[in-house]
Amino acid sequence: MNQTYQVRIYVTLRPSVLDPAGTAVQSGLKHMGYDNVEQVRIGKYVEVTLTATNETTAREQIDRMCDQLLANPVIENYRFELTQLQLNPG
Amino acid sequence: MNVGIIVFPGSNCDRDVAMVTRDLLHLPTRMVWHEESDLSELDLVILPGGFSYGDYLRCGAIARFSAAMQAAVQHAERGGLVLGICNGFQVLTEVGLLPGALMRNRDLHFVCDRVPLRVERTDLPYTQQYQHGQVITLPIAHGEGCYYADTQTLAELEANRQVLFRYCTADGQLTAVGNPNGSLSNIAGICNRQGNVLGMMPHPERAADPMLGSTDGVPLFAGIVSAALSAAAHR
Repeated sequence: MNQTYQVRIYVTLRPSVLDPAGTAVQSGLKHMGYDNVEQVRIGKYVEVTLTATNETTAREQIDRMCDQLLANPVIENYRFELTQLQLNPG
Repeated sequence: MNVGIIVFPGSNCDRDVAMVTRDLLHLPTRMVWHEESDLSELDLVILPGGFSYGDYLRCGAIARFSAAMQAAVQHAERGGLVLGICNGFQVLTEVGLLPGALMRNRDLHFVCDRVPLRVERTDLPYTQQYQHGQVITLPIAHGEGCYYADTQTLAELEANRQVLFRYCTADGQLTAVGNPNGSLSNIAGICNRQGNVLGMMPHPERAADPMLGSTDGVPLFAGIVSAALSAAAHR
């Protein structure tokens, strides 16, 4: 039977890639008085809800989605957390 | 030679390109809707500037999955000419026809300007009507034009002479001052290893009609035409 999963995907810039937007936000924080901020890196957060026969299949699918579209492997890394949604008893 | 211009939802330089190929150069030119998949009669496929599919997620990320782009990849693999301008360059990197990626400009601003470029290689159809090292001026208009590639890819680009245009100062110096967006190695335009696919952030089509004040983009299109004519003569 198909299970429903909620997936929280975090796409982040590779460490070697400069993040000018992150640097700008960091300087904004500094202007607000947060002198202790050492680095800001801005990424993307994507929520996907999908059905799959099991968790392994779901994870494989999400990996492919990330590699092909949700992240650009040239400049970005990704990681995700997956939780199984309980069937609605009603 | 037959020209096709792919029109994605959100493309906005498609008719500017057609103005050059159809009206100035009198080439048979067809607008190709992104859902079309037969490009077999085309010699030159152009991916125009704009904001394909709203540039959602990343610039050019969604356009790569369109039927027309899949056909354009096959066209390129057959050795056909593919020219991506601005958003078209971003699409070419996303689809993997060109290496690297285009990221937010160094200073975070959308840059709309006319900038000097140095022509780095002149033995390809696209650049054969320029002089080696010639400094030309073309318009740019982009927020995500900062070229990035890892060190190894950059080295390969240089070793294979794939960089065709670099941002420079008015006297041709490759300095940070002459670099409007922070592109690595001042890269403004690159080709694939075979030389039939070119992606560039500057807009040659906006510097083609003398009425608009500059014609530095004309040799690029004229070079493609003359290469096609000489290829036809040798067949």
